[in-house]
Amino acid sequence: MKNYTIVGKSEKKIDSLSLATGESKFVDDFELKNLLHCKIVYSPYAFAKILDIDDSEARAMTGVIDVLHFKNTKHILHTTAGQGFPEPSPYDTVMFDHIMRFAGDRAAMIVAESPVIAARAAKKIFVDYQVLQPLLDPEIAMEPDAPRLHDSNRYAAIPVKYEPERNLAAEVEIGFGDISQGESEADFMIDHTYHAHYGSHCAIEPHSVKTYFDEMGRLVIVTATQVPFHVRRIVSKVCQFPLSKIRVIKPRVGGGFGGKQEVFLEQLAATVTIKHKQPCRIVLTRPEVFQSSRTRHPVRTRLRMGVKNTGEITFLEMDSLLNSGAYGTHALTVLSNCGAKVLPLFNKIKNLHFLGRSVYTNLPVGGAYRGYGATQGYLAVNQHIDIICRRLHLDLPQFIKDNHIKVGETSEVFKALGEGTEGVTQYIHSCGLDECIDYCLHEIDWYNKRDKKIRKGDRVRGVGLSVAMQGSGIPMIDMASASMKMNEDGSFNLDMGATDIGTGSDTILAQIAAEELSTNLDKMIVCSSDTDRTPFDVGAYASSTTYITGRAVKKCAAKIKEQIIQVAREILSSSANELIVQNSAVIDEKQNKSVTFSEICTYAIYTRNQFQIAASASEFVEESPPPFFASTAEVEIDTKTGDIKVLKYVSAVDCGQAINPQLAEGQIEGAVANGIAYALTEQYIFSDKGNLINKNFKTYKIPVAADMPEMKTKVIESHEKTGPFGAKSVGEIGINGPTPAIANAIYDAIGVRIFDAPFTSDKIYRALKSALKL
Amino acid sequence: MKAVLKINGTEVPVKFDFDEHLLQTLRNHGFTEVKNGCEEGECGACLVLLNGKPVNSCQVFTATAIGDEITTVKGIGTLHQPHIIQECFVEAGAVQCGFCTPGMVLATYALLQDNPDPSDDEIKRALSGNLCRCTGYVKIIDAVKRSARKMKIT
Ligand code: FES
Ligand code: FES
Repeated sequence: MKNYTIVGKSEKKIDSLSLATGESKFVDDFELKNLLHCKIVYSPYAFAKILDIDDSEARAMTGVIDVLHFKNTKHILHTTAGQGFPEPSPYDTVMFDHIMRFAGDRAAMIVAESPVIAARAAKKIFVDYQVLQPLLDPEIAMEPDAPRLHDSNRYAAIPVKYEPERNLAAEVEIGFGDISQGESEADFMIDHTYHAHYGSHCAIEPHSVKTYFDEMGRLVIVTATQVPFHVRRIVSKVCQFPLSKIRVIKPRVGGGFGGKQEVFLEQLAATVTIKHKQPCRIVLTRPEVFQSSRTRHPVRTRLRMGVKNTGEITFLEMDSLLNSGAYGTHALTVLSNCGAKVLPLFNKIKNLHFLGRSVYTNLPVGGAYRGYGATQGYLAVNQHIDIICRRLHLDLPQFIKDNHIKVGETSEVFKALGEGTEGVTQYIHSCGLDECIDYCLHEIDWYNKRDKKIRKGDRVRGVGLSVAMQGSGIPMIDMASASMKMNEDGSFNLDMGATDIGTGSDTILAQIAAEELSTNLDKMIVCSSDTDRTPFDVGAYASSTTYITGRAVKKCAAKIKEQIIQVAREILSSSANELIVQNSAVIDEKQNKSVTFSEICTYAIYTRNQFQIAASASEFVEESPPPFFASTAEVEIDTKTGDIKVLKYVSAVDCGQAINPQLAEGQIEGAVANGIAYALTEQYIFSDKGNLINKNFKTYKIPVAADMPEMKTKVIESHEKTGPFGAKSVGEIGINGPTPAIANAIYDAIGVRIFDAPFTSDKIYRALKSALKL
Repeated sequence: MKAVLKINGTEVPVKFDFDEHLLQTLRNHGFTEVKNGCEEGECGACLVLLNGKPVNSCQVFTATAIGDEITTVKGIGTLHQPHIIQECFVEAGAVQCGFCTPGMVLATYALLQDNPDPSDDEIKRALSGNLCRCTGYVKIIDAVKRSARKMKIT
């Protein structure tokens, strides 16, 4: 490993003491005078047409300022997906529509002087609904007689397949080799269908936004977002308000996980402020977050593989059907990633076909969620290879080691499939997957437990393994930038569009800058995510920040370093190649003289040839080096009741050089905890009319400390030569592990495979019962 | 309604509706370190100490808290004079987004007052009214253990 002084150290997260003492401000902590409060009125029906809205009673109430709905707002088609421009998600949404496409779609919004009045007025809105037959089953969405959700005036902003008249929100198809050739070479075929279910991000801070006009008449949007620059662009478009007059500020954000990569409230608050010239606040309640924000897209994956008795896979066919819900947000890109982030891992397969379709249904809206399709894809692939290895009595870990992509190798899938369109050819420069696997096997005591069905009374144990890769940003699309200036005490302002939503990106980016400049972390004054103050960044998604913004920051710091050396040379009268930068100083070894950063900047500002030491830099990346991940689970199942417990969960990640190992571990631990709960308890339960029933933490069952198994997490470092100081990403990958690892462990324990996640005790009980009957 | 509440050792005059919950009253009067994650008594982000006992302030009527000692996270330590527990949360890497942290810190404080040497299970149980979506609780549990160790020494 390389020798760094700041990079690779678990420095304290720079905002953590402020957060732990309650000083830091989140959106709803900002005080604004004359604030207007909003309450959204939702459709109780999964599919309905609004024939009329009577808001007169609500408007007549004291303290009610306005009621917004389809009759009095602009109908600008857009997508709420906070993606780069032009967004790959279809333009199928308007602020308020007269068609309600899911139970939870917004029919109207009350604007009032207090939250209490707004809530009261929401009950006085009378909507005349014509209830329509809802489409609740994605499997029948494309059938000719299925209800149609969207008019044909909806469109895709990029040239991709989009057919609202068939409820098709997106389609991708790629292939190479020859499937029939692969079929004829196979000794047997394995063909199964796996279901990944709805999930909610459950960031503990609900979606929140505040808007106001500043003293110069510019619209300020303080919002809990992952994508401040996309917010500015989308609000400008939807509200038809000049972009130059909008400033978006992201304060501390209480978790995102993809849920806050969605721009669906900012335009409402902005509309109110623009119309009434008063500050406005929208903060969702917890049930609103569950029902009406965004979710993990459910995906049905059919996998077919041909296998030789030697274990060689002769072909792979993957058919993914993604339920996009009522709108097509991220429908194309999550779908693509079901294949794009998954299939390259097993790059020896010569004959491959991937067909993905995203369909509309009258159910809650899917969106970005940590893992972003890879989670859904790995759920299927990891179980499939477990099944193959069991059938052939092959050692699963060895099978993975033999078949996974290695350093110096590529996969045709990289080129064929990107984020909705063609991808980018890339070669692997770093891969620590084998070490990850070995660590996980060792920690779980794999070979003493696999296939052993260790029993204690009615309880039986099993172990399972899963592997994954992800990416580090979207190649050829994502751009990030940073700017820096130096102050006369040797400190630096580091301004970045990058969006820290609790991940610690402010800290690790400051570490990168400090490392490049050979100075201390406390010399970095970080300002991030303010569209007026900081340069552009796509935002916190696609596991991009460490890699792409990290590179931009490193490049920017290198430019600053050049200027520092130039000034030092002038001060020390040194010739070119003799200067080294060390410990916040520049040293001329030949002359045995040195000058400190503080002296350098003071000179530059006050003494001679004065100028501001400052620079900015952008990075646009051509590849997206994947981090790698392995994990093992040990479960214990009560064969009488189906009760399941995860006893231990071991994870190991290769994220290149971890800039801050403690924060990297924290990313994995959090992702794994979410993944375990997604595998076991978290799910959306609907009525037969498509209404979400379990809209709170208790009934959705997010885990508490007491639910957690013993967790072991290891960061296995590799060096990614294209990354900043060797780093790759770490934010998403961990969530891909638990569902398949636990599914495989369940099979190991009880010999029954459950193809529909989540693996609730109830399902296990039923599966055990029906297995006994057979 | 009008009343004087005792918050972090200071008498604070407040105005509130008769059916208002303490969370709202505190936030309306600038105590925004008390967070709102659900308003349903299920997340612990709004946790405060009432006479030293942890309660979810979204489930307490303000009117019933008159005369009680109310402690928010700023009442046990501040940015300039942090409490050991707050420092330990920082050192352990237990603060990611930090939205759950004020509640977690106070739950830890209450636990360690009662039980200066808790076992892992006792820690997990004591924190089980507090949701954290970021950390997987690993580093939070570590922070509690560090706090216990350090508080014993000092
Ligand atoms: S806000 Fe009180 S428990 Fe969640
Ligand atoms: S640190 Fe984000 S919820 Fe706990």
